[in-house]
Amino acid sequence: MAALINVPAEARRGDVIEIRTLTSHIMETGFRHTMDGALVPRDIITSFTCRYNGTEIFRADLFPAIAANPYLSFFTVANESGKFEFEWIGDNGYSSTASASITVE
Amino acid sequence: MPATRRQFLSLAGSVTVAGTIPIVTMRPLEATPAMLSTAIRNVVGEASIRNGKVKLDIPPLVENGNTVPMTVSVASPMTATDYVKSIHVFNEKNPQPNIGNFYLNPASGRAQVSTRIRLADTQKVVAIARLSDDTFWQVAADVVVTLAACTEEVN
Repeated sequence: MAALINVPAEARRGDVIEIRTLTSHIMETGFRHTMDGALVPRDIITSFTCRYNGTEIFRADLFPAIAANPYLSFFTVANESGKFEFEWIGDNGYSSTASASITVE
Repeated sequence: MPATRRQFLSLAGSVTVAGTIPIVTMRPLEATPAMLSTAIRNVVGEASIRNGKVKLDIPPLVENGNTVPMTVSVASPMTATDYVKSIHVFNEKNPQPNIGNFYLNPASGRAQVSTRIRLADTQKVVAIARLSDDTFWQVAADVVVTLAACTEEVN
């Protein structure tokens, strides 16, 4: 459930800022077998969304090829102070959220 | 005597079954180049894909396919009229051809996405960008994987 979010605390208006996120999740591919041949059921995060003051600025569809503990880095233009909200949605009703604030001058 | 023969055969049979299990579990499921092109067509449709504009940073040789750092960037001014709508990454030989779809917009500022991926085999990775004028641009990179991901047994 734990997520690491890296957003600059402050930025100047118009700056392009990098946002980095890391969340803990097994990302079980659904293609692995146990020693006795049983298929391990898939359990992955399928969707990630980042909203900036309510507006979606980045979204990703994830597949089993994304490594465990999904890391994502992307960019946005800092245009107003406010809040970034992050949401991860996955198999078996998995849902996790996090947020970070930024001050824009 | 028939009883022993039967016992022998059943024993032999069970040994064979036990013997085949590792082969079955270790045989990597593989996407085929046909699956790769189908997955790409699902995104691109009938549009033509041009080479260029997209840059795919991925190590040419990785020791552990379980976590391969990857950065895709697209040469785009990212203005309201000329920007990258989405970036799609595919592979050739994982069990499934898709890696990820990333959706951007003019407010992204820079068309660049980084993540960590799994690679089940030495293979080609393809990144495709869809621009705001609905043209598609691609780049491919070959990656040699020493230790494969995805299909190992769970202990």
